[in-house]
Amino acid sequence: MSSTPHARPEIFGLMAEFHTAEELIEATQKVHAAGYHHVDAYTPYPIEEVSHALHLKRSKLPMIVLGGGITGGLAGYLLQYWSSVIEYPMNIGGRPFHSWPAFIVPTFEMTILFAALSAVLGMFALNGLPEPYHPAFNVPRFALASRDRYFLLIEARDPKFHADETRKLLLDLHASEVSDVAH
Amino acid sequence: MATLDDFGPVEKPYKPPVVAPGHTPATVTDKISAVVLERTPKWWYAAFGVSFFLLMILMMAVTKLFLEGVGIWGINQPSGWGFDIINFVWWIGIGHAGTLISAILLLLRQEWRTSINRFAEAMTLFAVACAGMYPVLHTGRPWLAYWLLPYPNTMGLWPQFRSPLVWDVFAVSTYATVSLLFWYVGLVPDLATLRDRAKSKLAKIAYGVPAMGWRGSAHHWHNYEVAYLLLAGLSTPLVLSVHTVVSFDFAIGIIPGWHATIFPPYFVAGAIYAGFAMVLTLALPLRAVFGLQDFITQRHLQNMAKVMLATGLIVVYGYAMEFFFAWYSGNHYEAFMAVNRVLGPYKWHWLGLIICNAVVPQLLWIRKFRSSTFWLFFVSMFINVGMWLERFIIIPVSLSRDFLPSSWGMYSGTIWDWATFIGTMGLFLSLLFLFVRLLPMISVFEMRTLVPDAQKASSKEVAP
Repeated sequence: MSSTPHARPEIFGLMAEFHTAEELIEATQKVHAAGYHHVDAYTPYPIEEVSHALHLKRSKLPMIVLGGGITGGLAGYLLQYWSSVIEYPMNIGGRPFHSWPAFIVPTFEMTILFAALSAVLGMFALNGLPEPYHPAFNVPRFALASRDRYFLLIEARDPKFHADETRKLLLDLHASEVSDVAH
Repeated sequence: MATLDDFGPVEKPYKPPVVAPGHTPATVTDKISAVVLERTPKWWYAAFGVSFFLLMILMMAVTKLFLEGVGIWGINQPSGWGFDIINFVWWIGIGHAGTLISAILLLLRQEWRTSINRFAEAMTLFAVACAGMYPVLHTGRPWLAYWLLPYPNTMGLWPQFRSPLVWDVFAVSTYATVSLLFWYVGLVPDLATLRDRAKSKLAKIAYGVPAMGWRGSAHHWHNYEVAYLLLAGLSTPLVLSVHTVVSFDFAIGIIPGWHATIFPPYFVAGAIYAGFAMVLTLALPLRAVFGLQDFITQRHLQNMAKVMLATGLIVVYGYAMEFFFAWYSGNHYEAFMAVNRVLGPYKWHWLGLIICNAVVPQLLWIRKFRSSTFWLFFVSMFINVGMWLERFIIIPVSLSRDFLPSSWGMYSGTIWDWATFIGTMGLFLSLLFLFVRLLPMISVFEMRTLVPDAQKASSKEVAP
């Protein structure tokens, strides 16, 4: 089943099922140590050690949210400045047009609004969601990933991938079951 | 020097567990998703039917309002604000407990929040929906409510950004949006759980589409956790700002009884007080009918009772300070306002307020009352009424007795005021019953992290 790098592999990858989080964490570390990089783990709840074992980079999300918040705050303040000072100035007893203390509340609210929107949209964008189709769902037992089972997927496009050897490696790591993942 | 160790092991007071013993990720998942996926229980139809009937009263009241205008309400000169603003503040205050539970308690690492946060966030959304209707209806021409938003228009007009009422528009709409986002983000992994559990094709699609193809990938959880924490961090100052801005609606005005610097913290505490009372009012019956005592345990009930007691005392301090300010400021009008509250034409409202908000909740000092579901429900109902009376005291009682006796008046709600109020309760309850029927009312994926299997896994040291 080995293939040339450019041809499409016959299967999407191999999926191993584990009964406990400890087995998954250990397997993920060993698989990473064995040189596999196109690897993903699936868990019913977030497990920090799995992210460490996969050597995931720090999330870019905080910077996106910071950018969103600054944009929102500036937009909110400039909107108020422009409409109250330039576009529609109202002289009420000679009070200043640029009455910044009165602009604090909408500026604050716009900062939060934009930051929150960038947090949610940014999270979905970084995760590539919505994603209506993913080969992982072709494994019937994968439905348990949202209950109490832990899965490790090694993709066939990984340079080190070899159908038989990779399967043996996963079985050696106490996977209860290893299945082919169709495209 | 003596250290803590010299005293030997310190015996910690017993705390009931957050989740009843014996649960695993599998049982938690099955038990919570069963509430949604099993056949609709008979009582649900009855409960939803009653709520829907109340909702139809709202339809009637609003139709009448659109046909005839705000004249059908009890508002008058000098009381231009009545039930509409009382109920607006009451509802939006109730919403605050949801955000407090989901955001602030998350940041403070209060694990017990996990079983009630989803439900409390839903309560926030529905309460804000009810609240938002009132100012819009009160404008008199609600179909022009979009004029409140800044947008380029052919009239060449812009909102008056120096007005607290415009601040309110920004605060409440941001609060509604961010609460919805927070709630939805929390729901995504649980929608995926339901998609994987659902038997019928329709249910699979209905849960699968909003789940957006979530599959619990470690890469996804990695960003997800950051997003969730950031949203909690953003919601925390937001929720504190919302009731602060609502209090500015009054505090920025010059009416005696409104123009007080204590309003923002006093309003925020009142909001949390009212909100926890409403969470208990709803959670106690739901916990019983769905058999969720394993997840909403004595620990939750006791903690919520303690939060109510603490915020209730802050509110009572606020009442006391209003009287102190009235005396210490030497302001004639403020002093009259204080006397008028206690001895004026609305004195029974004031007495009711003190009984509901200051006297009855003192029962919560006693453990016996804190741990009894009956007494908790009893106290919560008093607080629900008390917080409504508090807004009644602040709004019409202050407005109807301002500076000049020639402009005094009296205020009372008409049948249409009551119909609108009862109608929004119908809207709230209808949405709530739809929610408990269609979505998991306890966050499944967060509950999985609380059960013993999971805790063992994540506390294990990992070799680098």
